[in-house]
Amino acid sequence: MIAPPKPDLITVNVDGREIAVPKGTNMIEAARLAGVDVPHYCYHAKLTIAGNCRMCLVEMGLPAVDPATKAPITDAATGKQKINWVPRPAIACATNASPGLHIRTTSPLVKDCQQGVMEFLLINHPLDCPICDQAGECKLQEQSTGYGRGYSRYIERKNVKPKRTQLGPRVTLDDERCILCSRCVRFCKEIAKDDVLGFTDRGSASTLTCYPGKKLENNYSLNTVDICPVGALTSTDFRFKMRVWFLKKTPGIDPESSVGANTVIWSREGEIHRITPRRNDEVNDTWMSDSGRLLYREVRSPDRLVTMKLDGVAGGLDAAAASAAWLFRTGGVALVGSGRSSVEEQFVCARLAAFLGAPVFLPSRVGEGDKLLISADRNPNTRGALVTGLVPALPGPGLGDLAEAIDAGRIKTVVSVGEDLAAGLTAGQLAQISVVYVGTRRNATSDAARIVFPALTVFEKSGTFVNQQFRLQKFAAAVPGPAGTADDLVALTKMLAAAGGAALPAEINALWAVLAAEVSALATALYRNIPDTGLLLDRTPWAALPFVEGETLHFKP
Amino acid sequence: MAEQRRIIFKHIDEPGYAPDLACYLRHGGYEVLRKAIQRKPEELIDEVKKSGLRGRGGAGFPCGVKWTLVDRKSGKPIYLIVNADESEPGTFKDRHIIHQDPHQLIEGIMITCFANNVRQAYIYIRGEFPHGARILERAIAEARAANFAGPNILGSAYGCEIFVHRGAGAYICGEETGMIESLEGKRPYPRIKPPYFPAVLGLYQCPTIVNNVETLCHVKHIADMGGEAYSRIGTPNNTGTRILCVSGQVQRPGYYEFEVGKVTLGQLLNDVCGGPLPGRKFKAVIPGGSSAKVLKFGERYKGKRKAGAEMVDYDWSLEDVPMDFDSLALIGSMGGSGGVIVMDDSVSMVDALANINAFYSHESCGQCTPCREGSQWMQRITTRMVHGEARPEDGALLKSVADQIAGRTICAFGEACAWPTQSFVQKFPDEFKSYAETKKNDPDARAFELV
Repeated sequence: MIAPPKPDLITVNVDGREIAVPKGTNMIEAARLAGVDVPHYCYHAKLTIAGNCRMCLVEMGLPAVDPATKAPITDAATGKQKINWVPRPAIACATNASPGLHIRTTSPLVKDCQQGVMEFLLINHPLDCPICDQAGECKLQEQSTGYGRGYSRYIERKNVKPKRTQLGPRVTLDDERCILCSRCVRFCKEIAKDDVLGFTDRGSASTLTCYPGKKLENNYSLNTVDICPVGALTSTDFRFKMRVWFLKKTPGIDPESSVGANTVIWSREGEIHRITPRRNDEVNDTWMSDSGRLLYREVRSPDRLVTMKLDGVAGGLDAAAASAAWLFRTGGVALVGSGRSSVEEQFVCARLAAFLGAPVFLPSRVGEGDKLLISADRNPNTRGALVTGLVPALPGPGLGDLAEAIDAGRIKTVVSVGEDLAAGLTAGQLAQISVVYVGTRRNATSDAARIVFPALTVFEKSGTFVNQQFRLQKFAAAVPGPAGTADDLVALTKMLAAAGGAALPAEINALWAVLAAEVSALATALYRNIPDTGLLLDRTPWAALPFVEGETLHFKP
Repeated sequence: MAEQRRIIFKHIDEPGYAPDLACYLRHGGYEVLRKAIQRKPEELIDEVKKSGLRGRGGAGFPCGVKWTLVDRKSGKPIYLIVNADESEPGTFKDRHIIHQDPHQLIEGIMITCFANNVRQAYIYIRGEFPHGARILERAIAEARAANFAGPNILGSAYGCEIFVHRGAGAYICGEETGMIESLEGKRPYPRIKPPYFPAVLGLYQCPTIVNNVETLCHVKHIADMGGEAYSRIGTPNNTGTRILCVSGQVQRPGYYEFEVGKVTLGQLLNDVCGGPLPGRKFKAVIPGGSSAKVLKFGERYKGKRKAGAEMVDYDWSLEDVPMDFDSLALIGSMGGSGGVIVMDDSVSMVDALANINAFYSHESCGQCTPCREGSQWMQRITTRMVHGEARPEDGALLKSVADQIAGRTICAFGEACAWPTQSFVQKFPDEFKSYAETKKNDPDARAFELV
């Protein structure tokens, strides 16, 4: 585990308190480090500075020096170096901390600035919070409470602007709520590299819109909804569905590719309502793909497997495990593992395969990377399979020589963990073998299987993935699985035990005690100790492997 | 009576004087450039510094200092942008230079470019001057054909191209960083300073000089007579001549060129412009374009001011105030763009402010919150007032809104839109308080159309 380089620290003074901050920190972040909130709208840590909302105005002062000799001038009253306060308020977002910088965030002038800007932002705002999706996570609401006057002096008519504009397939715009902070415009230009948003008209009539003939339809469009500080940009999918304060937040990992974008899964009473990115400056900053946000739908997919199957007859978990063990007894077993399984599942699979002497197959999933947050390796946990020893080398496409082994009669039983065998086997070959399937959704394999364990989606279980940076990242169960399903770990450990192998705990913390003891790369880790931003593993044992990923955000091959 | 001294406007309205090269050459045109190009560029910058020339666009920033701030070490090209976006209401000086004496401007530009090693200059002309743009393009072509512009000027190794760029009708393009953005093909949102000072990170992120049309014409005359001689024109720290554009209710509105500080407001309005219209009295004047703070006739200004090295007492009536940068700043307004707008006792100050607010609300670019929302709010208040729904508390509200704008915006537009309201309400509070009554008692008063 590599320690980050120690930053150059300088001392600044925020509201009378001295604090050391890294050089180059702007005043908003410096104040944040001092525990002081400088309200802002247009500033976003991952976008360029626009400086247009004027909410972060603060008073700024610099230590006085003699212009000729550059010697510090001492204030006789305090005995300290005199501070020259800039008479005009300055925006905290655009000014970087310099040694000895003084900031006042609560002076009468700053308060007056904040109240003024709040009042200005609200005069043309529809104030339709009762029907606005942003309510509860709205900066305008929060900061008008925190920094506004609490009453309105405005008696004129408000601006009328377009409502319910479909900017693209997933984003709906209410221009009347827009405070023209330009975060979305900058995001599209700077991060998504799809410069489709802009303003038309002038002054207070300025209107956010797409360029003529263009749509906001890139795979990152919903990030504009996240960063919109007000309710102007809303997710068409989430709009009017649920009040955000009813939702429970669970940390997750986007399983779309080996990037492993950090996510938050928002659920209520066992139902997921939306997925948003979770900040991780080493992986995904504050962004994630649109496609990753819609994956929660597979939880309620109509083809979800919810019934245990024993040769077509419904039965219990233990009976299924016993039947599987009975199939194993005749020998000729192969295991098809998955790059979508968690590290823990892959570890148990490896143990199961080793105990049965079964060859392991693991189909790769390779697509085109988008250079941002979807990499070429569409398996989220290819590296987990390497780390746990499930596979010794990078997996190839399809199922390799499994078909040949079946035709030759060497393989009679195949255990598949979530992988559809139709990808590499013909219907005839499928019919020739006994299939044990652990998976979430119905497919040709589950149909042909003699034993089916209905398992959990990534949103219903806890575990870890190892992303392309060899960063071990954990996710937690956001919602319980539907009735009839069981955790993959339970199914796999029960099978292993029924077959006569060593009993492994199915509970994740207990299992990690074994994992840490047996897998050298994970020796220092425990599930509950993995930081929210992940744990970088030593990649040297696999450094020579020809991984398929190209460059993405915070990753260079 | 104060005498005009026409340097820049020497040939303006002169019968037979044409905006073509032949006429300019007959009057000794481009001789200054011919001499200047033989000199060292640093010498020319020094002359301008010595001259004490202050920018004629509005802020009155010393031109020589502006040129010294330019980053010459970066190795990037240096650009000159000529600000011909003359849009401040009440100002009409640059248009006459462009229409009647374009070669004077081009000569000033070429000297400036040579002095600053500029290889590309842009004249950013407002969209409402299509005729002026055509005249300039023709003049540039003539100058280029005669080797006063383009490559190897007058046989030297130095070359410089001038391009005319037309705006699309937005006041904010006159703000220098807004102009730079516009020239780059973007919305003219003024840039935040720091870090985007034009002298370092200007056009295409290269060091850039932005000068007003009149300022560049002065450069020609400074190169001609020398900075020392030029600095003796006018008054200390307010050197040279300056064109004053008088509009509104006077007998003879128009443009007049005086040595800076050598004419008082009273002389200008009463002697030069012939005083108020028959049967009328002067009530108020805006001395430097509509964004400058209004001055009220009958006011007295007392205090100490700097005269040369010493401090002297002054006790002025409004008529006594010299029309220079420092004196007007001293009494709480500004020389600005030289647009003197006169109002007599027939004018309702609320109506006048409503008109000004309508302009600034319409022209706010909308980038930053206080100006965008504040200018529109002030406009809505004053419009409502003139349409018969004034409240006694509106004056105080207007002032409070304006106070929330000035000093808190990205560019100087915040001050430009707040100063009229602040000063009108402060100097004519009773008119705002009693406006509803006034309206009620004057059935003939109709709300007139705002711009």
